[in-house]
Amino acid sequence: MKLVDHFQYGLNSPICLTWELTYACNLSCAHCLSSSGRRDPRELTTAEAKAVIDELQRMQVFYINIGGGEPTVRPDFWELLDYSIAHNVGVKFSTNGLKIDKRRAAQLAATDYVDIQISLDGATPEVNDYVRGPGSYDMAIRALENLAEAGFQQPKISVVMTRQNVDQLDEFKAIADKYGAQLRITRLRPSGRGADVWDELHPLPSQQKQMYDWLVDRGDQVLTGDSFFHLSAFGEALPGLNLCGAGRVVCLIDPVGDVYACPFAIHENFLAGNVRSPGGFQEVWENSELFTELRQPQTGGACSGCQHYDSCQGGCMAAKFFTGLPLDGPDPECVRGFGEEALAARGDGHVIPKSEVDHSRTKLGKKSPVLLQLSMGRPDRACETSPLAGLGASESDSGLRPAGRGVPVAGS
Amino acid sequence: MSTKTAEGVAGVEFDPGAPYRCSPQVSLRPEPFGALVYHFGTRKLSFLKTLPLVEVVKGLESRPDVHSAIVAAGVEEAQRPAYLKALAGLAASGTIEPR
Repeated sequence: MKLVDHFQYGLNSPICLTWELTYACNLSCAHCLSSSGRRDPRELTTAEAKAVIDELQRMQVFYINIGGGEPTVRPDFWELLDYSIAHNVGVKFSTNGLKIDKRRAAQLAATDYVDIQISLDGATPEVNDYVRGPGSYDMAIRALENLAEAGFQQPKISVVMTRQNVDQLDEFKAIADKYGAQLRITRLRPSGRGADVWDELHPLPSQQKQMYDWLVDRGDQVLTGDSFFHLSAFGEALPGLNLCGAGRVVCLIDPVGDVYACPFAIHENFLAGNVRSPGGFQEVWENSELFTELRQPQTGGACSGCQHYDSCQGGCMAAKFFTGLPLDGPDPECVRGFGEEALAARGDGHVIPKSEVDHSRTKLGKKSPVLLQLSMGRPDRACETSPLAGLGASESDSGLRPAGRGVPVAGS
Repeated sequence: MSTKTAEGVAGVEFDPGAPYRCSPQVSLRPEPFGALVYHFGTRKLSFLKTLPLVEVVKGLESRPDVHSAIVAAGVEEAQRPAYLKALAGLAASGTIEPR
């Protein structure tokens, strides 16, 4: 059995665990995957968070991706960061740059085993602030400047690809090079508030090919969180794990301790349990009904007859779910166009599942993106694309590679 | 498979006749297929794709050389060249090191 086949049946512990520490955020990005904004009063306490870290250490989860919300607005953020590192659980955290001043940059540069990911969704203030809100570009660049000045080695710049910024790929790379950073690009999902803006922001079919070609040329220099595996049907497989890892090698712990199959699936249908329940996280990971089901062999459904199924595996579960498509059919951005057909076939009055979990601010703030200028009901706050994956400095930032490529093995 | 051979870390050649050990900077996490390898120094993740390979890597410490660790793990003779190749790759990545 190939390694990737083992992954489908789940591992003893996750490889790529995202932990969103808070729903509070100073920004209110239009496409926030977790509909963040306001803190939830039920969020894990410092002691509870430390207990989770202890458990992750016992389970040999060697590093975690911390996000939010904006994780650094938690008063105990730095305490938890140190605690985690001291317990052999390395941290990569995503931030919009808010708290990365000169003092923190110097502190971080002196800390081993921490990685930072600055979110930037436009290579110019116009494009970035359009979705992330006024002032957010300058805030991110200032953080990058501070990190570079402090000598922090290779932070990541994390970009969610949109219709508006695909043409800026080379500019993003230039920004990364300028600050000694590594570029990471990920796929826009219709999750959280992303569902409200997906139609306007998601890349056009021609842009998908553009991204694919760019990645084929640059795949070794750019991280992707393995999030573009649906593009592999264009031709050769992209580096990384070409498989949906949800509940198998990937999961999310949200700020109140709920465990979801993946960071892009904050919805009750993908809720496996809570770290506060008996047995804690380990019990949820090993025995929850949902994860057990996700680890069953997948059939491919409507896609099973497609010659590209082996390379794209039907695409992203969350992208299908939050566009109202069946999970066993094509991805809405299927590069062969089956997704568009499926979207068109949904018919009038189709229902798009909506998450009950929404911490968006209820009033528009001065710093909210103006994007669609919709009603006052939905808008405001949140941010942060949180990393789906992220390991080390290998060609794929989840560190996963197709079986047999660069992995020390015996036999196969 | 693009496993590096022969050259180990710091350019030291892999010598299966010499004593080795699993690097103290490495943790092995048992998995159904073998083990997940995490190197705290390089922060790289890799995999040991068979259970006997995990046994070999763990057994290196207490054996006089690599060959005897392979024998002690019960690896069949026909499989041994493949194991040596894999171990050379592990030496190159710093997962195992001379002791």
